[in-house]
Amino acid sequence: MTPAAVARKDASQDRQKRMIAEHFSRLARAPETGEKNCYTYVPGNLTELLRSFDLLPVLPEINALQSGMRGKTRDYIAVAEKAGHSEDVCAYVKSDIGMQEMGNVGPTGERLPDPDVLLLSYTGCFTFLKWFELLREKYKCPVAMLHVPYQGEGVVTPSMRKYVVDQLKEKVIPALEQVSGRKYDEDRLREHLVRSVQAENDLVAVLQSAKHRPSPIDAWFGGVYYIGPIFTSFRGTQDAVDYYRELRAEVEARIAEGKGPVSPEGDVTERYRVVVEGPPSWTHFRELWKMFADEGAVAVASTYTKVGGVYDLGFRHDPAHPLETLADYCMGCYTNLNLPSRVDMITQYVEEYAADGFLINSVKSCKSFSAGQLVILREVEKRTGRPGGFIESDLVDPRYFSGANIKNRLESYFQMIAQKRAGKEAS
Amino acid sequence: MKYAVGIDLGSTTTKAVVIGTDGQVLGHGITNSRSNYDLACQVALTEAIIHTRFCLVESELTAHGVEGPAATRMLAELELRFREQQYRGQLAVLDAVTRRMAAASPPGTMASLDRVLVAMAREVGSMFGFGATRKSDFFRDLAGARFLALAEDEARRSGIRFEGIVGLFDKAILEVENTPWEGGAFESQIGSALAGTAARTPALEAAVRRATAVPLEKIAAVGTGYGRSRLPFPKEQIRSEILCHGLGAHAMFPLTRTVLDIGGQDTKAIQVDDRGIVTSFQMNDRCAAGCGRYLGYIADEMNLGLHELGPLAQSSTRSVRINSTCTVFAGAELRERLSLGEKREDILAGLHRAIVLRAMSLLARSGGVKDQFTFTGGVAKNPAAVKALRGLITENYGELHMNISPDSIYTGALGAALFALRDVQGTPLPEPALATNGGSHAH
Repeated sequence: MTPAAVARKDASQDRQKRMIAEHFSRLARAPETGEKNCYTYVPGNLTELLRSFDLLPVLPEINALQSGMRGKTRDYIAVAEKAGHSEDVCAYVKSDIGMQEMGNVGPTGERLPDPDVLLLSYTGCFTFLKWFELLREKYKCPVAMLHVPYQGEGVVTPSMRKYVVDQLKEKVIPALEQVSGRKYDEDRLREHLVRSVQAENDLVAVLQSAKHRPSPIDAWFGGVYYIGPIFTSFRGTQDAVDYYRELRAEVEARIAEGKGPVSPEGDVTERYRVVVEGPPSWTHFRELWKMFADEGAVAVASTYTKVGGVYDLGFRHDPAHPLETLADYCMGCYTNLNLPSRVDMITQYVEEYAADGFLINSVKSCKSFSAGQLVILREVEKRTGRPGGFIESDLVDPRYFSGANIKNRLESYFQMIAQKRAGKEAS
Repeated sequence: MKYAVGIDLGSTTTKAVVIGTDGQVLGHGITNSRSNYDLACQVALTEAIIHTRFCLVESELTAHGVEGPAATRMLAELELRFREQQYRGQLAVLDAVTRRMAAASPPGTMASLDRVLVAMAREVGSMFGFGATRKSDFFRDLAGARFLALAEDEARRSGIRFEGIVGLFDKAILEVENTPWEGGAFESQIGSALAGTAARTPALEAAVRRATAVPLEKIAAVGTGYGRSRLPFPKEQIRSEILCHGLGAHAMFPLTRTVLDIGGQDTKAIQVDDRGIVTSFQMNDRCAAGCGRYLGYIADEMNLGLHELGPLAQSSTRSVRINSTCTVFAGAELRERLSLGEKREDILAGLHRAIVLRAMSLLARSGGVKDQFTFTGGVAKNPAAVKALRGLITENYGELHMNISPDSIYTGALGAALFALRDVQGTPLPEPALATNGGSHAH
């Protein structure tokens, strides 16, 4: 890796770091400045709408995964279990509960404000409902609920769209008006949506850069950094627009130089191209990445980087129809897709990104995500003729990560691909 | 003679298989795994070479027309004397190490230790007599069992603390088995073994001479198994045990399409194509419930030997349903069932069925069971597990051909050896079969 490459890589990463630090600092100062916040979830988040009311988003899932990466979740989970939550409860929930019990100190080391409102836009996860029920109990704060219909038939119908828009108009917007003290301003919302589209265009270019050989990015381990701003508090902000423009330029430069992705261990020489389904194991993120990098395995596409919005298949926010586009966005998140749609998507990725195979990381915490994954595996194998691999771990509960077992499965999987290749060449 | 070797470094045992350039198995060897991985590999390889040489002796005899029951008995005696010499040699090392460690012990300990060690040396002859049974052929197990028994007698007679004297053995055996020892090799012991073989003939002496003189040259090695990352091999010489098991099973039974391996701490369900290439696999996750260790734990709970479990379970007439898949909970359930008056054999039959059910789930996840089906790993030696598996396979997948090799413990090492050979030859895989002559050799 040349020093210039380090500098270019660092530019967007530094920017993201700065954005996050500023955001959490604003949140920490909120009790003094009087700025209001809203706790909400990644899939189906309404960041543009919240920002149009000057509400600062707080995302408990992101706090949990950050806690996992910082090695805090073992203690947080222990606190939650002591409080009565069983071992089988989603580890994101327990991490969040534990973090709040221990002072609600966020990932940057600053205290998070208590929620002014909980926006329960729940998409594909029923646990979200129970999670905010627990927070409502703790903070005695209002809840604005948005029920997002599941894409059971694989399509969004006009009545589904209307159902969501009606809730936005009748429930969500009035609740946000009340908490923020601002009137709903559709023009302001549109301005945010215009900026969303700019960032989305650049993000898609970054994700699709992995079609190159070698891929300049890792679309799973690296991908989770790239989706950071757009999945969390920054979609619709100028910061996000600037971040994605810069990131895209960096990635295009890597393509021009014929470079592969960079991992924390250094440049990765691409030997295997895989599509990945499922989230990473945040507590062992670096260890898991190293297992891939050591084998020369590069994720060229992933479904996890679509849980907060599927943009690479064509969707963009439409400023001309602000509430309808928010409805479509919520219903289109990966977590809201049915099994056939997920199979279609993975199959398409395997083909379009010329992958050698696809891997599933099945996490114990998330039953709604893991259910049916073996069905997906068989079906995609059948359609693409390329092998599926399967590992099991958890999101942020370190007790469910067995390094030796996972390494064994990954090595076996990659060697299986190599053996198949050799077999094909021999015959 | 050029050979390739595959080494399977498992959690309990380390196996080596030696094959010729035509892919035919020349010999195999096994030893207990230990903290010095490098040494475990060396010992396993040494044992495989010993087996190879014995097979050569047999071929030499056959080539010179020496065959039949008398020849077989003569060879068997030679092997027994060889094992005896090996044991004596290693016992001498243990003797020296234990005495050195006892030098600073309280008075009386050395005298007691001396009596135990002298008695151990005295009884070697009877341990290796014709028809004598040994539960294990690993030095650690053999010497350990005798030391413990003799130390118990000694403690009773002299009043010396049993734990103190056994502690010396525990420390000494670690040093002994983790220190390289030249005396284990074929060349080191075959001379005295031959001299001690009462039935030896000039033909045997000539065959041993010729077999010993055959130069053996290692041209390739591949390592596999749980400890593979710690093997003293470069990365490209290390293969996943899943691939090795798939290829090994294919080599033993070329029509294999599905492989089930139940080992000490993991269970693997593997699908292979007509060339032994793995197409899909599943293995147990973090928990080892339902693996060999589970049976080991149950055997301890019931105060039975591991090898006694299967036959006892087979005498059951009514299998008890066991719900717990957790090893520890199954132990609790076992005690509860016993207290309710259920018969031991019925509970055991239920426990065997429970572990096989876990394997069935993995098989289903890997893509089901296809004809032919090959069962490998330590649990494949357990008749009750085999019976339960056969029943469930038939019930779920219909009548299938099920293969179990008496040498199934070497499946992974055989696959590794074939990979090693292919790496140097760069040619498509030959179709070998595991040698069955010479019996099993262990140290």
